[in-house]
Amino acid sequence: MGSVAHNYLRTSKMPHIWCPGCGNGIITQALLKAIDQLQLDPQKIVVVSGIGCSSRAPGYLDFNTLHTTHGRALAFATGVKHGNPDLTVIALTGDGDCAAIGGNHLIHACRRNIDITTVVFNNNVYGMTSGQFSPLTPVGSYATTAPYGNIDRSFDLCQLSQAAGASFVARSTTYHANHLKDMIVSALQNKGFSLVEAMTHCPTYFGRRNRIGGPVEMLKQQQEQGVTVQAAARMTPEELTGKYLIGELHNQPLPEFCEQYQQVIAKAGGAR
Amino acid sequence: MIKPILMQGNEACIAGALAAGMDFFAGYPITPSTEIAELAAERLPARQGRFIQMEDEIASMGAIIGASLTGRKAMTATSGPGFSLKQENIGYAAITEVPCVVVNVQRAGPSTGIPTAPAQGDVMQARWGTHGDHPVIALSPSSVAETFDLTFRCFNLAERFRTPVILLLDEIVGHMREAIVLPAVETLELVHRLRPSGDPAKYIPYDAPLGASAPMADFGSGYPYHVTGLTHDREGFTTAKPSEVEFLIRRLASKIEMNLEEILQWEELQVEDADILLVAYGATARSARAAMKQARGKGIKVGLFRPMTIWPFPEEALRQVAIGKQVIVPEMNLGQLALEIERVVHKDITTVTQVDGEPLKPDKILAAIYNLAGTGKGV
Amino acid sequence: MTNIEIRISGSGGQGIITAGIILAEAAIICGKNALQSQSYGPEARGGASRAEVIISDSEIDYPKVTAPNIFIALTQQAYEGYKSDLVEDAVILVDSSISATANHQQKLYQLPILETAQSKLRPVVANIIALSALVRLTSCVSPEALEQAVLARVPRGTEEMNKNALLAGADLVDSLS
Repeated sequence: MGSVAHNYLRTSKMPHIWCPGCGNGIITQALLKAIDQLQLDPQKIVVVSGIGCSSRAPGYLDFNTLHTTHGRALAFATGVKHGNPDLTVIALTGDGDCAAIGGNHLIHACRRNIDITTVVFNNNVYGMTSGQFSPLTPVGSYATTAPYGNIDRSFDLCQLSQAAGASFVARSTTYHANHLKDMIVSALQNKGFSLVEAMTHCPTYFGRRNRIGGPVEMLKQQQEQGVTVQAAARMTPEELTGKYLIGELHNQPLPEFCEQYQQVIAKAGGAR
Repeated sequence: MIKPILMQGNEACIAGALAAGMDFFAGYPITPSTEIAELAAERLPARQGRFIQMEDEIASMGAIIGASLTGRKAMTATSGPGFSLKQENIGYAAITEVPCVVVNVQRAGPSTGIPTAPAQGDVMQARWGTHGDHPVIALSPSSVAETFDLTFRCFNLAERFRTPVILLLDEIVGHMREAIVLPAVETLELVHRLRPSGDPAKYIPYDAPLGASAPMADFGSGYPYHVTGLTHDREGFTTAKPSEVEFLIRRLASKIEMNLEEILQWEELQVEDADILLVAYGATARSARAAMKQARGKGIKVGLFRPMTIWPFPEEALRQVAIGKQVIVPEMNLGQLALEIERVVHKDITTVTQVDGEPLKPDKILAAIYNLAGTGKGV
Repeated sequence: MTNIEIRISGSGGQGIITAGIILAEAAIICGKNALQSQSYGPEARGGASRAEVIISDSEIDYPKVTAPNIFIALTQQAYEGYKSDLVEDAVILVDSSISATANHQQKLYQLPILETAQSKLRPVVANIIALSALVRLTSCVSPEALEQAVLARVPRGTEEMNKNALLAGADLVDSLS
């Protein structure tokens, strides 16, 4: 024991389904620590997910939890939040779930700036179905459906979300676990749509096929490739090649959907 | 006495929903259902309800399920192509037992078809549109007044049985205007889902015997629980244990099968002495009624059996009524409910089908009646 | 049959659908059954607009008009497009700008509806003038019910103009004799 995360787990549902060495537990722990740090009321927390390895996380969390259909976490989450704006709504999703089949829901949730905190577990691969490439798989990587190397360009999910209207966007990694927790804390504090891209490692289907190695080597790669916004400001473009930014990438308060809807109610004459 | 007013079918749908306590609507524009979303957008906020136009049909379905989990009475409305898109999440609502109402104003299909033309081609999709065995209730009104009544009933059935309920409107009834006497609010009997009380630690969200559902907690009300579209045990957690899986799927089906008396609704017109029985629903039932009257005027004994509950189908009632009668089934499709009717009555039936985007006229049914009567194969 | 089937046609923007709704509401005020429907067919895109009303003393079964007893057309295009299935003794009311023919059993009335609206009132009330003339000709609803239905449906502030339109429509019919 020891971690405050244990206070929020449905330990009777353990062991979890994730592979040995998987990074999903690190992200889940970072989320629970963030919730604990902010002392959010567990009774008012709803955690929504789609389908995939990461979307299994809510089943282990002792909140109101909603494991939905593939890609649709944010559609359901929007209904939950709009249905009861007093709830803290958190969406847990993966790179395939969020950026491929759920991409439309992502950009529109960003556009509405509805108060949902979304944590994307980005392991660069479809893990649940055994290693196909996703929209966040780097070009040239290998996957079961890219046996000759991936030719699809990948999204920068953070830039995509920012462009679509999210008011808070951040990135971190499972290597930078405490930093990741801090990013989720800030995301939860933002009144609006927040996206945290959590770079994680899938040794089973991504690391092995791409000859990166096991979990330790994959974490080391995150250490090397993840560059804080502050450090990046002092680096040359050459030095930044092959790296990605971590930290708070965008924070711009904007009108929130449910608050705006209160004005609709007032205009319609429905205000109490 | 309350005076009748002129109202459009789609408007009566919203009026019935609001009378039933609808306080959440998520939708996406699609002809010929769009008036329903427009009226929801206008009227819901005025009574503290909430409307949202989602990015697509799939999202609309997801949003109403999410809202229902917070305790809202939620509805979406769509038409053919949108109904197809909603199916996966309708299945989700069925297995997670989340009450919600889905209105489908049927139009000519498949695919984009004729957006403004009437059809009844979604009868089987309403029953079997999503994968796997699952419960469903589908109602089909024939008039504006009945659209109010049946939409109201959809909410009550959804709350009572914790299941998605489908209102199968058609373009004709949805778009026409006719007189309706709105019932006084105090005469309406509202059903609300059972909610848990007592010790949250003892709450078992899916603990129910065959034929029933467990009380359902609102998210945020102090009864945290897990909801998943995976096959789940009584506590709501994933299971692949054959006995638990089988019990869940059978219990879901039994909620409907063991409570047919509460769900089934049909109308019988002049069936007692009839030699020929018309079985029709929705707008087509009006064509059938017209044909019946004309045939009666010529001395041919024709009756009408009109199911308002399409699914589950009122099979026992029809089986009794159809004894000794020749059966004609007119539909604006290639014979969908006819398949179910044939199974139920255990004899050859006559279908009158039409898929040209036009309403099915009484004359066409009348021709089938004359044809049958003329062959002398009567009783 | 106790049903009266009425088809009102013209071009988009002439308030054809509104006229249909008002006529159906007037029938309900008279204690009759009424059913209004409209055409959404491809022809509705070409500028022609059509509303149909069934008025009945009994239950209305088939909800669509199949053989109109009464036909109003405000444009030549609508007249040509929608005249085909009238009953043999139909009442046909068209704007005088339309060249129209009728068989010997049908009653054809050509009235300067659009011109009256244009010169004496506002073009927007042509539909009300037509309805008033129709009611004067056929008594399918009472004039009082029509007035009540018109005033309940038209925008606030236009009541006087619409009352004048009702009078003008009736006058057009009276000046025929």
